Amino acid sequence: MELTEEKLDERHLDEREVVDVVVRFAGDSGDGMQLTGANFTLATALYGNDLSTFPDFPAEIRAPVGATFGVSAFQIYFGSEDVTTAGDALDVLVAMNPAALATNLANVVDGGLVIADRGAFTAKNLAKAGYAANPLDDGSLAGHRLLDIDISAQALAAAEPFGLGHKASLRCKNMWTLGLVMWLFDRDLGATVNNLKTKFAKRPEIAGANIAALNAGHAFGETAELPSGIHVYRVPQARSAPGLYRNVTGTQALAWGLLAGAELSGIELLFASYPITPASNLLHELSNRGDFRVGTFQAEDEIAAVCTAIGASFAGSLGVTSSAGPGVALKSEGMSLAISTELPLLVIDTQRGGPSTGLPTKTEQSDLNMALFGRHGDTPLPVIAPATPPECFDMAREAVRLATGYMTPVMLLSDGYLANAAERWRIPRVEDLARTPVKFAGDSGEFRPSRRDPQSLARNWARPGTPGLEHRIGGIESDHDSGNISYEPANHQRMTDLRQAKIAGIAHDIPSQEVDQGAASGKLAVVGWGSTYGAIHQGVKRARGEGHDVSHIHVRHLCPLPRNLGELLGGFDAVLVPEMNTGQFARLLRAEYLLDVESLGKVSGQPFKIGEILAAIHAKCRKEGPAQ
Amino acid sequence: MNQANLTLKDFASDQEVRWCPGCGDYAILKTVQKLLPTLGRPRENQVFVSGIGCSSRFPYYMNTYGFHTIHGRAPAIATGVKLANPELDVWVITGDGDGLSIGGNHMMHTLRRNLDLQILLFNNEIYGLTKGQYSPTSRLGTRSPSSPAGSIDPPLSPCAVALGAGGAFVARSIDTHAKHLSAVIGAGHAHKGTAFIEILQNCPIYNDGIFEPVKDRATAPDFRVEVEHGKPIVFGRDGEKAIRLDRERLCLEVTGADAEDVLVHDESNPVLAQLLAAMGGPGFPIAIGVLYRHRQPSFDEEFSRRKGKSKEGNLAALLQSGNTWVVD
Repeated sequence: MELTEEKLDERHLDEREVVDVVVRFAGDSGDGMQLTGANFTLATALYGNDLSTFPDFPAEIRAPVGATFGVSAFQIYFGSEDVTTAGDALDVLVAMNPAALATNLANVVDGGLVIADRGAFTAKNLAKAGYAANPLDDGSLAGHRLLDIDISAQALAAAEPFGLGHKASLRCKNMWTLGLVMWLFDRDLGATVNNLKTKFAKRPEIAGANIAALNAGHAFGETAELPSGIHVYRVPQARSAPGLYRNVTGTQALAWGLLAGAELSGIELLFASYPITPASNLLHELSNRGDFRVGTFQAEDEIAAVCTAIGASFAGSLGVTSSAGPGVALKSEGMSLAISTELPLLVIDTQRGGPSTGLPTKTEQSDLNMALFGRHGDTPLPVIAPATPPECFDMAREAVRLATGYMTPVMLLSDGYLANAAERWRIPRVEDLARTPVKFAGDSGEFRPSRRDPQSLARNWARPGTPGLEHRIGGIESDHDSGNISYEPANHQRMTDLRQAKIAGIAHDIPSQEVDQGAASGKLAVVGWGSTYGAIHQGVKRARGEGHDVSHIHVRHLCPLPRNLGELLGGFDAVLVPEMNTGQFARLLRAEYLLDVESLGKVSGQPFKIGEILAAIHAKCRKEGPAQ
Repeated sequence: MNQANLTLKDFASDQEVRWCPGCGDYAILKTVQKLLPTLGRPRENQVFVSGIGCSSRFPYYMNTYGFHTIHGRAPAIATGVKLANPELDVWVITGDGDGLSIGGNHMMHTLRRNLDLQILLFNNEIYGLTKGQYSPTSRLGTRSPSSPAGSIDPPLSPCAVALGAGGAFVARSIDTHAKHLSAVIGAGHAHKGTAFIEILQNCPIYNDGIFEPVKDRATAPDFRVEVEHGKPIVFGRDGEKAIRLDRERLCLEVTGADAEDVLVHDESNPVLAQLLAAMGGPGFPIAIGVLYRHRQPSFDEEFSRRKGKSKEGNLAALLQSGNTWVVD
């Protein structure tokens, strides 16, 4: 199906109280937009709104000042109802320079608010952004609310008493802007002040200047004579289940889920990885966790990383490796070895735009085929995918459970959006988490690496260092009984069938597929996997609100698929699969269930918008018959 | 099992050895099986990891823990084994193609990191298991199925590469020279850090006799020199020849054993080690023995020290770290 977009009917800023708002902070790579966004997110969480964030940054580390390709942005969607995406269109755009305005203006809703730093709209910057005339003056922003302030000058004035010099003082302009936006939405400055004090604990003058700028921005909102229609907007608190909450990114949740999985299984982790965008943050996060049962190893290349992980698993730890598409491709021979020798292994793929170097900092789901099929030989392995940042915590534990419980490599598919996006998370109580203890072969009786559990078909696992269990494994086909090298034709058939049956059998050990929203049968099922959850959830919710018979089904276990999935999908007149590739999951469902599944693909490096899902549902419902 | 009573037989697995008749690998296997009971380490702590190639079948024949892995990757897999359990004695068995061609990158970085493991590189200067193509150590002009007119890429010296990569223990020995080989491997095992041992190994099928001048009793005295720390580097049937340093040109020279400036081997001297590793060619013997030995901190020591600092991480506290809020 062709991707189209419907503009959602939203003019949020017309009222003093609004249900939800999308704010995007955009500026140069060096303008501190990510820090600004993170602090606004925290204040918003503490205020009690539901939220979802989307950092959107360029591949260039420090692009030339003022360049359109160097614009770094942080988007947050917050509101009083369930928020599951970072929002379609912008209610508020903060543009720290002309390039930020030029690259984001088209996405601002009619009547939306543009906050621009007039101080950065110099002739040079305007030219770099491709403006012939200054858009702040030529009336081209007339359809929007415009707050055009010389933020640079304001920040310099606020920071002046701290004697930092011009350049360092100017850096405080992001905090001045944050102060103003905090005022706009009635947020508290306390948490940001504390963060600044901690961050610059050794440079109190920098902390002081930033806090002064933050307060000055806030005070500006309170006291300045602002154009009509610009005032404090109140976003009521979201209703939430009682509990202790925090914000969490997908990467954080994934790292902590691995630590939890190790602890609950009673096993050590060896995390071996090679730096690659956008997967490196997982290595960084775990490298800081030396107080847990995890060792981290930066290998010389992707192949060494997976092999080191495999070696660790052979030695009785759980080897984990992590990369993005190009790196995972290099690991494929190692993964086949782990399948052949039946060793546990986790391979985490934080997918990015491909092929080749592709779009390193942008998101995509196009490694699904590689995860399912991208190895030599018949090499089945479980593939799972978390749907939201908080869910990364659960799926990481699930990956540990499957890998150690079935003696198999497991692939976990995250993506650039999921890794960097943050959502609210109700923190689970550790004592409520299921324990999944690992069993090693004891040091009594005859041991063969080929002995397996009749139920799970997992082979037994002996740790080197255990007396009497000395044994050899390897990539040459092994005898089903003795575990020794075997070139027997019938044995290879048997072992191939066994490897297949072991993975297929996991379907009995995973939850049945549930329907996320709507009825268990009907006219249309929108089926997703991974990070498209948020947009599909909102699109289906709105369509259902309009009276359409549509359900949302979100699949977490991609191999093996839940046992009831075929039957469930068969109960719908039509199945639509939105995914950030050219239809890989849709083709899988067609092949598995012989259903007429329709694909809605998007590969622009950006997540789906709600309006795109909604437009597809509308198109599908027109085709399938009128709304009920 | 009482370690003291173990013999060669306890280290031989029940698998039929399937190398070609006359292969140098047999001799190496025997030497290692004979050496292990004397090392005073439990059998269950011995782990042999190999890549792909004739030599890499080695672990199947050892009654220890063993892992026959994929082409070139044995050092990386051995790294994982050692990091997961530093108590283990980890041995990498590899060949000239496996270790220096497809797996050259892992070899270089393992040596650089100085993980405490032994790398036995069987150098037969040919690809055996794929039926005789020239390898990265094949001499210039080697005729093979993939180089019928003779190879045109110059070979590398495994020991020189190991030294260049920062190897802290670099040695060379010969497959059938059991006593010498055993002593060198034993010294490698005793060394804390990566021990790189090149073993000149005859392939009777595809490269037969390539090391014959070095191995044959009649010719060996002129073609090889056994270096020993603190002893003059002397060779020849009657010990009449020696090696000296040409201090002008910074290269080695053959001289008479009675010369005043005969080089005395100093295994702690990395420059001398480079010269000895590269020594060979017309008129020169090749050096066998421990060319270089230097104790420096091993990666696994530092890794374990940092990792083992505390195991006090509290999961609940981690999940609740930073900014949280309560919804009633």
